Amino acid sequence: MLDKSIEKSPIQLSKEDFASDQMVKWCPGCGGHAILAAVENVFPRIGYKKENFTIVSGIGCSSRFPYYVDTFGFHGIHGRAAAIGSGVKIANPGQSVWIATGDGDSMAIGGNHFIHIIRRNIDVNILLFNNQIYGLTKGQYSPTTPMGQVTKTSPQGTIEHPFVTAGLVMGAQGTFFARIPDNNLKLMTDVLYEAAKHDGTSVVEILENCVIFNDKAHAFYTSKENRDEHQLILKHGEPMVFGKNKEMGIMLKETRLLAVKIGEGGVTEKDILVHDQYNPDPGIHRMVGRMTGPDYPVVFGVIRSAKSFTYDDKVEEQIDYAKQNSKIQTVDDLLNSGETWEI
Amino acid sequence: MSIKESKKNILELEDVVVKFVGDSGDGMQLTGSLFSDSAALAGNDLATFPDFPAEIRAPQNTVAGVSGFQVHLGQRKIYTSGDMCDVLVVMNPASLRSNIKWAKKDATIIVDESAFEGKAIEKAGYTTNPLDDGSLVGYNLIKAPISLLTKESLSGLAIEKKMAEKTKNMFVLGIMYFLFHREPDRTISFLKKKFKAKPEVIEANIIALKAGFNYAETIEAMVSTIKVGAAPMEKGRYRSIKGNIATAWGLLAASERSGRPLFLGSYPITPATEILMELAKHKSLGAKVMQAEDEIAGICSAIGASFAGSLAVTTTSGPGLSLKSEALGLAVITELPLVVVNVQRAGPSTGMPTKSEQSDLMQALFGRNGEAPLLVIAASSPANCFHYAYMAAKLSLEHMTPVILLTDGNMAFGSELFKIPKVADLPSIKPPLAKENDPDFKPYRRDQVTLARQWAIPGSEGLRHRIGGLEKTNIDGNVSTDPLNHELMVNIREDKVMRIANYIPEQKVYGEESGNLLVVGWGGTEGMLKSAVGHMQEKGYKISLALFNYIMPLPVNAADVFSRFKKIVVCELNKGQFVKYLRMTHPEFKYQQYNKVQGLPFHVSELTQVFTNLLEEI
Ligand SMILES: Cc1ncc(C[n+]2csc(CCOP(=O)(O)OP(=O)(O)O)c2C)c(N)n1
Ligand code: SF4
Ligand SMILES: [Mg+2]
Repeated sequence: MLDKSIEKSPIQLSKEDFASDQMVKWCPGCGGHAILAAVENVFPRIGYKKENFTIVSGIGCSSRFPYYVDTFGFHGIHGRAAAIGSGVKIANPGQSVWIATGDGDSMAIGGNHFIHIIRRNIDVNILLFNNQIYGLTKGQYSPTTPMGQVTKTSPQGTIEHPFVTAGLVMGAQGTFFARIPDNNLKLMTDVLYEAAKHDGTSVVEILENCVIFNDKAHAFYTSKENRDEHQLILKHGEPMVFGKNKEMGIMLKETRLLAVKIGEGGVTEKDILVHDQYNPDPGIHRMVGRMTGPDYPVVFGVIRSAKSFTYDDKVEEQIDYAKQNSKIQTVDDLLNSGETWEI
Repeated sequence: MSIKESKKNILELEDVVVKFVGDSGDGMQLTGSLFSDSAALAGNDLATFPDFPAEIRAPQNTVAGVSGFQVHLGQRKIYTSGDMCDVLVVMNPASLRSNIKWAKKDATIIVDESAFEGKAIEKAGYTTNPLDDGSLVGYNLIKAPISLLTKESLSGLAIEKKMAEKTKNMFVLGIMYFLFHREPDRTISFLKKKFKAKPEVIEANIIALKAGFNYAETIEAMVSTIKVGAAPMEKGRYRSIKGNIATAWGLLAASERSGRPLFLGSYPITPATEILMELAKHKSLGAKVMQAEDEIAGICSAIGASFAGSLAVTTTSGPGLSLKSEALGLAVITELPLVVVNVQRAGPSTGMPTKSEQSDLMQALFGRNGEAPLLVIAASSPANCFHYAYMAAKLSLEHMTPVILLTDGNMAFGSELFKIPKVADLPSIKPPLAKENDPDFKPYRRDQVTLARQWAIPGSEGLRHRIGGLEKTNIDGNVSTDPLNHELMVNIREDKVMRIANYIPEQKVYGEESGNLLVVGWGGTEGMLKSAVGHMQEKGYKISLALFNYIMPLPVNAADVFSRFKKIVVCELNKGQFVKYLRMTHPEFKYQQYNKVQGLPFHVSELTQVFTNLLEEI
């Protein structure tokens, strides 16, 4: 649900209302432009007043984001957007807080804050621009760069196991995780709206193209030619099917997922898993979230959206309770509490 | 323990240092604080200091497991918890072994004789029983079979043996109350409150307390009793307060007075943790407290909360301050209010976490990348942590700059009497909040006098803006790498902090305004320096003290103060960090220095020696 305690705009705002007066300085063709467009689409749809959005970021190409949106914005330091955003939300729960961050920002230097904001389930929306590279520093590998890829700091190929963002988020007990490609504006906008509606930390991993340092990194799943074959767009309550004619599906056989052709080898539509994004048990969410080619499609859309209380609501609850039940209502009460004496 | 007059069997003393020592399980902290409360109630001024073992559960009866509580009480102003003690209360051999060096040569030592048996003596590292082998000749040794007598006094009660043993601290307290002419009434009502749910515990403790009192009255070993009269103190309501608690409360008062809700983001670290625990208790005052995943998250969440409109605080000790350095720079460039409390401990690295030092001054002043000046204030006694925490918050909020408040482990755990103020009487706090829909609002438009920018809080209509760690143009606040703009901003940020000198009090001198020797100190050494300097002033030396609480910027009259003395000596519990800073800011003076880096406070005797030598050379 959208947060009723956040004030709505009295007038219908438009996309243009959210464009700031700053020149957008990302490279032409950078995935960032499309993400910005999706955000400018979804903010008016969410309908809060412009003053009730705060965008926080770390450092990186992606973290320039706040300057481009006409709301409150805070451009932080490398890796710390989640920590800064936590403070904004806890201190000022009337704000809809959006965190723009990169794969390095959140999963390398800021990994600790990333897992802890998720664990606490603070009600913010994280836009994770995953271009599988360090863009701003010009092309070093990141924690999501595929094993073996040659980059400026891995001339013979990386020798590190990359993080699968979905696995990390769900391992940190994430309540909301979605994945979107940067070239599907409608899906991006719809998913961002779902993220806004979720109570708790919503992580939206955006497979972003860095044309300069990691061009076509996601093309195997996101390009026009490959999309039908390798993309599975999840919809709650619907079977997990993909392929040009939706002839392919995902089924669970014993403890493993299988990508199967419906009608072949005795597989019927009934064997195909039906997506339940609200399932409190993250088991299937984790399994489908980790799927990757060439044997599996990559899933997009809302993978997990489980209900749980939020940290910021609990903070308010405890304060309300204390205010109603404590003898100490003012600092004077506090100063005079316990053992005191007159001289 | 200077003796005023001695009539009959009563020693009337100006001041006394008492130390209670025993095994961790012996309840020395409670005994010490109850004894202190009784002294405060009788009108003494006092200062206390606990001496905890570093280990959580050290083996019983070992030196590692000794826990102590020292109190210095007097009928005059008391500045420190005292160097050497006049009365040492000893509950087991290990505590005697580790504390005898802190007893004056003629000290009264009250020992639990029954605890000095085979195994315990051995565990303490003695080969013979120190009570009998003559090693304590010269002391006024009072041997009392405390454990034994406590058990006997409780023999009529149907309680477990263990519990009977536990009340021996009340027996000792009874002895001390007799010795010091104190009434046990307040302790009895305290016990009744504390153990409300356990009437048998109340009864046992009260019986032991009274038994101890009666025992002391009857035995002949007590040659004389001690009387310390009431100290001349300003009328008012008092309490005793620890530095860490005073810091927390000062921040809460600033939050209430400024109307800005308090946010604390913090990660536990000795000796600062107590501030986090204390603030977590006060949600009824609106305090939002987040125990962060690390110190970086602590300060960064506080910066976010500050951007969002809170009085934002992060509390830590040296190693944690190191982790916060980068984020401090962010607070400097975004020109947001932020209070960073650094409770100093002995470093480098983990160093000696439970020992106090003043060695984070340079880190506080300069430990950041780029030109990143900020306000640095140091509290100087447990009780004045309240005032300086309040002032740190006030100046930070009104001048839109981060502040580092330095306290230290001694102040944090030490306690003294605190005259309870009324919040309404504290100076007002008026942060420069931007007005909604102000057509002239710009993120870096400044007050012409203070140079503070306006604070535009998310949610306020018409005040949308973006700030961050990249250099910004003055007034408009757009990202800029313009060379001249950068230099302008660097200068403005510095000027803004330096102008705070116009809003802080002038430097006071303790003693004559001019003379032969000016002792200079800062922060937590105030009590030690005042005691030593006061002592020498009484003897007629032309010596004064300038104790600094405002470090960056320094008070405007600092040079004027320095110029009126023939010699200056800067005393610090570090290698000379403040003196280096003074050589930089006021190079026209010649400074001598006296330093100690042992994780220990200065002793008055060592200071008077140093000062006397310096004065003799004149
Ligand atoms: C403390 C610190 N360390 C290193 C850097 C340098 N740095 C800036 S951005 C960046 C990596 C950015 O990568 P990512 O987070 O993936 O963002 P992208 O530019 O790809 O959007 C690095 C290493 C920095 N600014 N601060
Ligand atoms: S370097 Fe890559 S990520 Fe950065 S702006 Fe250019 S295309 Fe985008
Ligand atoms: Mg990246």
